[in-house]
Amino acid sequence: MAKKKSEFGSEIFADKIFDIINWIIVLFVLLVICYPLYFIFIASFSDPDMVTNGEVLFFPRGISLRSYERTFQYADIWSGYLNSLINTFLGTIISVSATIAAAYALSRKEMPGCGLFMKLITFTMFFSGGLIPTYLIVKGLGLYNTRAVLLLISAVSAYNLIIARSFMIANVPEELHEAATLDGCDEFKFFFKVAVPISKALLSVMILLYAVAQWNSYFNALVYISDRKLYPLQVILRELLIQTESTAGRVAGDAASQAEMRKLANMLKYSVIIVSSVPLLIAYSFVQKYFEKGMMIGAIKG
Amino acid sequence: MKTAQTVHRKSLGRRIISSWQLYVLLLPALAYFAVFRYAPLYGIQIAFRNYMPRSGIWGSEWIGLDNFERFFNGFNFVSLLSNTITLAVLQLVANFPIPIILALVMNYIKNQRFKRATQLIVYAPYFISTVVLVGMLNIFFSLDGLVNQFIQIFGGEPILFLNMESMFRPMYVLSDVWQTMGWNSIIYLAALSGVSPELHEAAIVDGANKFQRVFHIDIPHILPTVVIMLILNVGMIMSLGFEKAYLMQNDLNLGKSEIIATYVYKVGIQQAQYGFSTAVDIFNSVINLILLLSVNKISNKISGSSLW
Repeated sequence: MAKKKSEFGSEIFADKIFDIINWIIVLFVLLVICYPLYFIFIASFSDPDMVTNGEVLFFPRGISLRSYERTFQYADIWSGYLNSLINTFLGTIISVSATIAAAYALSRKEMPGCGLFMKLITFTMFFSGGLIPTYLIVKGLGLYNTRAVLLLISAVSAYNLIIARSFMIANVPEELHEAATLDGCDEFKFFFKVAVPISKALLSVMILLYAVAQWNSYFNALVYISDRKLYPLQVILRELLIQTESTAGRVAGDAASQAEMRKLANMLKYSVIIVSSVPLLIAYSFVQKYFEKGMMIGAIKG
Repeated sequence: MKTAQTVHRKSLGRRIISSWQLYVLLLPALAYFAVFRYAPLYGIQIAFRNYMPRSGIWGSEWIGLDNFERFFNGFNFVSLLSNTITLAVLQLVANFPIPIILALVMNYIKNQRFKRATQLIVYAPYFISTVVLVGMLNIFFSLDGLVNQFIQIFGGEPILFLNMESMFRPMYVLSDVWQTMGWNSIIYLAALSGVSPELHEAAIVDGANKFQRVFHIDIPHILPTVVIMLILNVGMIMSLGFEKAYLMQNDLNLGKSEIIATYVYKVGIQQAQYGFSTAVDIFNSVINLILLLSVNKISNKISGSSLW
């Protein structure tokens, strides 16, 4: 497209204006997205007092690792971190295997009931029993306040399943299945030996989506977990980043301890954001090249 | 299993038996949907009962629509409904067009490496958790936060953003735009990559400038995707995220930040009014479903695109 331009003489005036507007929008968007993230980053390495006084705007000042040291001394963050790592690891395994297996089965349209199952699954995207009926089921199953509830409650996303199925339909050739069947290959074998290896891009996108959802989830723990030992990182982060702010104005009996907590939070808030994001950044950089490929299929099917 | 053709000639029973391995693969996901998605639907009836945990669902007294009436006549019904709808509509108005514009803009970045880098950056905020996002809002908009520091540099007076009711909606919506515009543009970028280069080449030969090419080639090409996304977005309008509104709430902005989802949580989980909370929840879901179905129908009539 754009490369061809030189072959057709000089650029038209309107095109120049277009390019300028384009550049302004792109640079504006990049600035708006990058600066807050950059600020959190430099603030985490700076002297907390200088940050509060507005002396840190573009470059870190009074560089110190003090807030990181304090972060690592804060026991709750460690237990939260560990819980989140365990939940994310186990939860992703459960979710991805259930989703991929079901997606493959549903991509084989000759399976009786395929259409019905698809309708039943799609329906859950638009209508649900709601919070309390689900809560009662969880309690009835004895899952309340267990790690299992965090792994199972959002185990399969209907949306992800539909994307995965479309991907399988588009990328696992029917001829291959027929040929394999003639050679005596059964469905299990075909799924593990052919369908899964073909779907590497899909697998990486699914792993990323489920892992991020689990790592970031906080509502389920809020509703279903009361034991502090099981709190995932996000619940701890909420205490540090949000609750200290919103309770600040209130006159409470233990004002001293609140002030103490606030001071600590003030010091830790930048570094905990960085520390809590490291696993995401790692996962993101591994998987980003598959995004478009994996997401495009979903886009076509809506 | 034989070949596909012989499979079709078999009776239904034999086909089911011969597909048993597929059912085994499907089973875990199906079990999940049965237990965590469909079983709760059965529990919906507590909205019509005076639910007592001790007597169980069936043992509780049937009270018909009492819970719904109580909600409709409640002092906060109007404010809950208008808070939910206003926030949802603002969200849609800001959040729907911006990713489309962003995709069109990114599509015209010539340098492929710069384009990739831009994509990498604009997708990134999507992966930030809601807790951290709201934490960042608190950091940036607090009295000694970054925004107020800039306001002071330019000679203004600091503003108490976090405690102002009127600031809740703009902060909610704009932070959402910030977080999701890149991610939501993926779908349109993917659709744009399907525009055939010959169309553009022909248009260039005919002397069309880039504005004309955007309006006559790119936009018509992604229109079906846009319509589908619009239906989906309108259909989900009432399922506003609980998490963010709840996390952004404080005593001072409650007048605007209390939406149906946060109310359901407070009444249901915190105050254990199970039946009443479920009634409010159902009301929300039903409105959502009606909206989705009507938008889908309208779009089917007008443009021929629909979800099913």
